[in-house]
Amino acid sequence: MGGEVATKSTRHQTEGAARVRDEKPWWDTFPWWGAFIAAVLAWMAVQIITQDDYALAWERIIPGLSLTLVATIEAFAIALLLGLTAGMGQLSRNVVIRNIARTYVEFIRGIPMLPLIFTVALIIVPETSDYVNQRLDAWFGVTYKLSFQMRATVTLALIYGAYMAEIFRGGIQSVPPGQTEAGRSLGLTRRQTMRSVVLPQAMRAIIPPLGNDFIAILKDTSLLSVLGVLEITQRGRQFSASTFKFREGYFVVSFIYLCLTLGLSILLGVLERRMTRDRKGER
Amino acid sequence: MATYADSGTTSMISLRGVSKTFDKTIHAVVDVDLEVAEGEVVVIVGPSGSGKSTVLRCINLLEVPTEGFVTVDGFELLNPRTDIDHVRAEVGMVFQQFNLFPHLTVLENITLAQRKVRGRSRSEAIEVAVRQLTRVGIPEKADAFPRQLSGGQQQRVAIARSLAMDPKVMLFDEPTSALDPEMVKEVLDVMLELASEGMTMVVVTHEMGFAKAAADRLAFIDEGEIVEVGPPEEIFANPRHERTRAFFDKILY
Ligand SMILES: Nc1ncnc2c1ncn2[C@@H]1O[C@H](COP(=O)(O)OP(=O)(O)O)[C@@H](O)[C@H]1O
Ligand SMILES: [Mg+2]
Repeated sequence: MGGEVATKSTRHQTEGAARVRDEKPWWDTFPWWGAFIAAVLAWMAVQIITQDDYALAWERIIPGLSLTLVATIEAFAIALLLGLTAGMGQLSRNVVIRNIARTYVEFIRGIPMLPLIFTVALIIVPETSDYVNQRLDAWFGVTYKLSFQMRATVTLALIYGAYMAEIFRGGIQSVPPGQTEAGRSLGLTRRQTMRSVVLPQAMRAIIPPLGNDFIAILKDTSLLSVLGVLEITQRGRQFSASTFKFREGYFVVSFIYLCLTLGLSILLGVLERRMTRDRKGER
Repeated sequence: MATYADSGTTSMISLRGVSKTFDKTIHAVVDVDLEVAEGEVVVIVGPSGSGKSTVLRCINLLEVPTEGFVTVDGFELLNPRTDIDHVRAEVGMVFQQFNLFPHLTVLENITLAQRKVRGRSRSEAIEVAVRQLTRVGIPEKADAFPRQLSGGQQQRVAIARSLAMDPKVMLFDEPTSALDPEMVKEVLDVMLELASEGMTMVVVTHEMGFAKAAADRLAFIDEGEIVEVGPPEEIFANPRHERTRAFFDKILY
């Protein structure tokens, strides 16, 4: 290509590729988007601190943070269990289990979140709770009452469990079959092979998308507001409706969500980079 | 619990009329009979796709035969009352692609099944692991991860991992085929030593030098059938079937 003799380089790149990369100016690779978002967040923070209307909105809305976080963590934990169960269920040898798992995944994924929340919270739970409570009372002497928050959280978990089932299934299938064969050849049972050999390796493929789902659940807890649960969005709605300060209300709501989601995705990026660093050199 | 076959066979491994058909149309193994005595080394050769791996994998039920009987150490593998995990622990298997567990260290690779299947204590398992690693010549690699080892070293760890279970039988499926040429010998040396110690072995390989040095019998498989079985020198010098002759003409030079 070029006429000049390349200086001896320790990089394992072809001369052409190395040059293209070297010639890119710093402003071409600089993460402008990150700087831009940071600037917007800083500007938003200044508004909230300096302007009374924004400060008031913040005071009214921020108490919803704990509800949002609790709902996120609960929904994520339940979804994790459902996803692992349904994901492994789809790979089961048992035709009944396989089809139950598949039905759950396909069914849930085909319904939008909002109608499903209404269906569970306003129809399924009320219509079954009498019967279920009767049974529970007869067998264990207890009854329950599911709060609207819990109904919505469980619905979120049902939905994300179906997504996670696909993540778990894909992760498990990404482990080469030779690994299972080696485990079984050593006399490990199916279950032992899954636990000690396959799942630990599948986690590499599973953790990053699960992290994304965590962030997605965090955002979707805003749907709890349709049931009147006093999380961030609902408090924003109430503030705006009672004061007619829509701008301030939704400005603060967005600010809080942005801080949470961006913070989490930075955290996730660090985790992912650490995982790929560990993996380097592995065949 | 495992059940014993009623017949008083002296064979360590016995395949009777074993056939394996994939997807109803692919006849990978057709009516194979093979008896392997205790301490015997049988080498299986044959063209690619002739069913060598499938025969081997029927011996520890990684493939379930569609027909026939398989017994290992007196256990009837296809009897539903046989505890197959119990039998598999007695049958070591070494794969072409090593199949070490990449997320575990060499030592953990070798101790995992000892502890979970044999129920050995941690210290006992480590002791056995170190002994087997020494035997295959790489005790210093105990704390390495598989990715840090050469192919030859990985395969020797895989052999040590199987031997740590004190198997009665060792199966090898082209153990040197994925290795760079300079690493073939270090693995074959370990296998030769194992053979000389009296291990019952069934080995699929293209290494005719190994077959000559270690095999009591050579089996030639073509299109899923065992065409010819006998002492290796006899088959090399004087193949009785045209198919065998054609195969050796191609690979020996
Ligand atoms: N899991 C499988 N599904 C379908 N066909 C298979 C499977 N395993 C092996 N076969 C087929 O069976 C035949 C024998 O395969 P194999 O035993 O691997 O041969 P070899 O080890 O001698 O190369 C081949 O035609 C192969 O394509
Ligand atoms: Mg093969």
